[in-house]
Amino acid sequence: MSGAKSRSSNVLPGFGPGLGFTLAYLALIVLIPLSAVVIKASHLGFSGFWTVVTSPRVLASYRLTFGLSIVAAAINLVFGLALAWAVTRYRFPGRRLIDALIDLPFALPTAVAGIALTALYSKNGWLGHWLESIGIQIAFRPAGILVAMIFIGLPFVVRTVQPVLQDLDAEAEEAAASLGAGRLPTFVRIILPTLSPALFTGFALAFGRAIGEYGSVIFIAGNIPMVSEITPLLIVTKLEQYDYTGATAIAASMLVVSFALLGTINGLQSWSARRTGAVG
Amino acid sequence: MAAVIAGLPSGDRGGAAARVPDAGARSEPAWVRYGVIGVGTAFFVVFLLLPLLAVFAEAFRKGAAAYFAAFANSDTMGAIGLTLVAAAIAVPLNTLFGVVAAWTLAKFEFRGKNILLTLIDLPFSVSPVVAGLIYVLVFGAQGWLGPWLIDHGIRIIFAVPGIVLATVFVTFPFVVRELVPLMQAQGCEEEEAARVLGASGWQMFRRVTLPNVKWGLLYGVTLCNARAMGEFGAVSVVSGHIRGQTNTIPLQVEILYNDYNMVAAFALASLLAFLALITLVAKNWIEARAAAEDLKRNQS
Repeated sequence: MSGAKSRSSNVLPGFGPGLGFTLAYLALIVLIPLSAVVIKASHLGFSGFWTVVTSPRVLASYRLTFGLSIVAAAINLVFGLALAWAVTRYRFPGRRLIDALIDLPFALPTAVAGIALTALYSKNGWLGHWLESIGIQIAFRPAGILVAMIFIGLPFVVRTVQPVLQDLDAEAEEAAASLGAGRLPTFVRIILPTLSPALFTGFALAFGRAIGEYGSVIFIAGNIPMVSEITPLLIVTKLEQYDYTGATAIAASMLVVSFALLGTINGLQSWSARRTGAVG
Repeated sequence: MAAVIAGLPSGDRGGAAARVPDAGARSEPAWVRYGVIGVGTAFFVVFLLLPLLAVFAEAFRKGAAAYFAAFANSDTMGAIGLTLVAAAIAVPLNTLFGVVAAWTLAKFEFRGKNILLTLIDLPFSVSPVVAGLIYVLVFGAQGWLGPWLIDHGIRIIFAVPGIVLATVFVTFPFVVRELVPLMQAQGCEEEEAARVLGASGWQMFRRVTLPNVKWGLLYGVTLCNARAMGEFGAVSVVSGHIRGQTNTIPLQVEILYNDYNMVAAFALASLLAFLALITLVAKNWIEARAAAEDLKRNQS
């Protein structure tokens, strides 16, 4: 790292040891262990890897996990926007409580969320017994997985959209209004385009969280192979059967998706920064 | 935006009060307003508020005596102890790393900085299950170091060290992610002035850098701690579930739940729910303090 220099001068101490410690700790805790997945999976060879990740049970888990994650992220996109809009733009009783509690899924351990949602939606739960009476079952069905994914993804959308909504340029909206544009066209033509990078980012974050989620899902899912078995659970199942290679192959496939998403989110965020920078 | 990935984002520092919706051009018809508030609030109640209330309702379903009796169990007390141990190791380690890494990343320019920032974020984009798996692949009986560890009689997987490692991994980015943007915004001038005036590196850090980032640091540590005590997936993979020995609070909750011991499961879960509420209160308090200090600094 000979190219290193302090912003204005070299009077600030600690660059060398700081960088050394950072890289060493990062390598020991994150990079070397993560590389174990790649190396172990590569022992399989491509055809071996492909056989594992395209076996019917694994494919069924992909369909379930990715399908429901997209649906949950989409639901959060719509309702998260409504919630963010209500909390930033309107004053109403309970607003501050809602604003403070939106982060609950970040702070509440996933296992606690899992058993709480299961209690809520099971046959004699507050919502479950009511839904049962109109013939809808949520707990121990794929619908239960969806509920858990909505729970853990909600704050990502709200918290990404909220700051953009707050800093939205009032003048552009007022100009549109003074030129005779109604509220709906102003929303569609002025507000939505400004919000869209943040909305996409929130969607991608919620989606990324949902595909890897384990704790809050497994309690409510029912976990029936081919029907309600998510991919992370399948990794655990393989591990419990001492099928380390199988577990690693599935984990490697999930890592590929996670990294692709990470790249997408970074791209979206720089787009978002440019978009809001140009407007604000 | 990184703060969003990090968990609880910084939210609206002081901005909310200033933006009361103006009448006229920027307001919607009343039916739209009530519609949006109604839909948003209903979604909030169903998906956030009711699950939270359900934890406490289930915990106290058979009364306060049954609630407290749930804790008079040696396995449960063991789980509480192990959770405290794991957090007591993981949080200081990641705090030390967070401060050092944030200093390096925020105060110096060097090639590959953005890549380093992305790599630091990796633990947030990895499924908790995969986070546990990677340590099994390194330290497990079949893993890279497995034979050597067995020869020397050291247990990491299905033992306390594995639980601590998995906890360190999943809480890795919290502190550094809070500090980097703060330290960057602060710039280098104050620290440089301190150095020119003859302060040692440690004096400069303690008197100038630390006071400037103390709220962000506190916030990062709070988040790191909440996640350390609540992690389930990663810890579950490396724990081995030995009752009274390798179960943390969330794992013990799962065991009690699967034993149909609902009151005990929810009583123990309520501890974690309470911790989550404290975390949220701390977040709001820290944000209010930070906003107040920003305001004071801008006025003076």
